[in-house]
Amino acid sequence: MSKVRVLVGTRKGAFILTSDGKRDKWEVSGPHFAGWELYHIKGSPVDPNRLYASQTSGWFGQIIQRSSDGGKTWETPGGEPLPKPGEFPSGQSNKFVYDTSPETGKPLTTHQFYDGTQHPWEFKRVWHLEPSLTDPDTVYAGVEDAAIFRSTDGAKSWHELAGLRGHGTGPQWQPGAGGMCLHTIILDPSDPKRIFIAISAAGAFRTDDGGQTWKPINKGLYSSHIPEPRAEVGHCVHHVAMHPSRPGVLFMQKHWDVMRSDDAGDSWHEVSGNLPTDFGFVIDVHAHQPETIYVVPIKSDGEHYPPEGKLRVYRSRTGGNEWEALTKGLPQSDCYVNVLRDAMAVDSLDSCGVYFGTTGGQVYVSPDAGDNWAPIVRDLPAVLSVEVQTLP
Amino acid sequence: MIRVELPAHLRTLAHVTSEIKLDVEGPATLCSVLDALEARYPMLRGTIRDHVTLQRRPFLRFFACEEDLSHQAPEAPLPEAVASGVEPLVIIGAIAGG
Repeated sequence: MSKVRVLVGTRKGAFILTSDGKRDKWEVSGPHFAGWELYHIKGSPVDPNRLYASQTSGWFGQIIQRSSDGGKTWETPGGEPLPKPGEFPSGQSNKFVYDTSPETGKPLTTHQFYDGTQHPWEFKRVWHLEPSLTDPDTVYAGVEDAAIFRSTDGAKSWHELAGLRGHGTGPQWQPGAGGMCLHTIILDPSDPKRIFIAISAAGAFRTDDGGQTWKPINKGLYSSHIPEPRAEVGHCVHHVAMHPSRPGVLFMQKHWDVMRSDDAGDSWHEVSGNLPTDFGFVIDVHAHQPETIYVVPIKSDGEHYPPEGKLRVYRSRTGGNEWEALTKGLPQSDCYVNVLRDAMAVDSLDSCGVYFGTTGGQVYVSPDAGDNWAPIVRDLPAVLSVEVQTLP
Repeated sequence: MIRVELPAHLRTLAHVTSEIKLDVEGPATLCSVLDALEARYPMLRGTIRDHVTLQRRPFLRFFACEEDLSHQAPEAPLPEAVASGVEPLVIIGAIAGG
C-alpha cells in the first residue's frame, strides 16, 4: 500500500509525518535540528530517500543538511574532516558566494533597499530547495538576497546561476517585509532548460536556456502599491504553482490578486473571482486535475490572518474565478493564524491529498482533495514549509 | 592543547557533547584556533566567521579569562592561560529574548 511522508519545516526544527494511504493515522518524527529555523525540506523525485534541508540561524548562518535514508539520519555534505591538515575541503555545503566574475555575466552589486537607496547584495539564507527531476545529486537553491544557486554534487558545493542577477533589472529589485528572497523554483518537466522562479519583491522570471539568461515574466500583473503598477519588475509575487502535465499553465498568488498564465508566464490575467480576499501566500494545483487549484485567503497585507477568524481553503475547479470555501474540519471561529508561501503541498495518491501548515503550528490534511480536513499535529512551532512525498 | 567551548547549537552540529580540545600549530591566536577548529569540524565552517571575509558573525562573541576578545585582531596572541590550556576560549551567542 502506498505511503505518504510529509516534510515540515518550522521556526524551531523539522518534523517528518508519515502515514499509509488512508492518511488517518500518523507517526511524528522530530524535532530534527531542534532550535534551528528549517525554511524548507524537499525530497528528490528520482530518489525519494534523498532529502535536502535548509537549516538557518540568525546566530550561525546557513547550514545545508542531506539525508539518504528518508530523514532517519542527516549529514552536512562536504562536512567530513579533512584527511590532512591544510588540505583543501571537498566541499562547503553552506558556502553561498555570489558570482561577480565578468566571465559568467554582468556582475551586480546593489539592489534597491526599503528606503529607495542602493544596497549591496548580502547572502542571508536559503528559502527554497528544488531537487532536480532527473538527478538526485543536482539541486537548486533560492536564496535571500535574491539569487539562484545550483549544486551538482549533492549539495557539497554551490554555484550561482548569475545570469538572473545579471539580467539588468537588479537595481530595481527590493525586499518585501520578509526580505528580498527567491522563494519559488519550478522545473519544467517537458523542457530541462526551462525554469521558473519568483522573487519578493521583483516578480517572476523564466529561463529557457538552463539558467544562463532570464527574462521577467510579469506582463499583466498590476500592483497598486508600487510607483509603476504595471512595471516590468518590482511585483511582490508570493508563490507560483504548475501542474506537471501542463507546464505552460501557471497559477500565481501575488501580494494581492490570484493570477493565471496560459503561455508560460508571457502574460497573466486575474482569476481572483469570488474570493473573499485575494491576498494570500500559498497556491497549489490538484495532482490529477490541472484545473483544480487551492488558495488560503488572508485578510490583508496588514492583517495576516484569515478573514472573520475562519480558516478556509478555497478551491476552484475551473482554473480560477469560481471558488468554493472548504471548511469541514477547519476552525471556523477565533482563528488568526497565517499560512506561509511554501506551506501547502499535494500528494499524488488516487484520492489527492492536500496539506498545509500554519503559523500556529497546525498541519492539516485533507485526504479527499479538500472536502474534509483534520489536523495531523496541532502544536508544532510556527510552520514555514510543507512538502509531501508519495511513496510506493 | 587549546580548549574551546562552543554554544549548544554548534555542539549539536559538530556532534560533540562537551568542551573541544585542539592542537594548534604555531602561536595561539583567534585565527589559528578557528582554523584548527574548522579543519577538525568542517561542518562549523561559515557558522562562526564568514566563509570569505573571515569576519566574526555579528551575534557571536569570543571570551577567555573573563576578557572580551571579540574585537581583538585575529592574529593577536591569545592569553597565556588559553594558549597553555588552563582556561578555555569561549564562543558565546547573543542571548535571545522573548
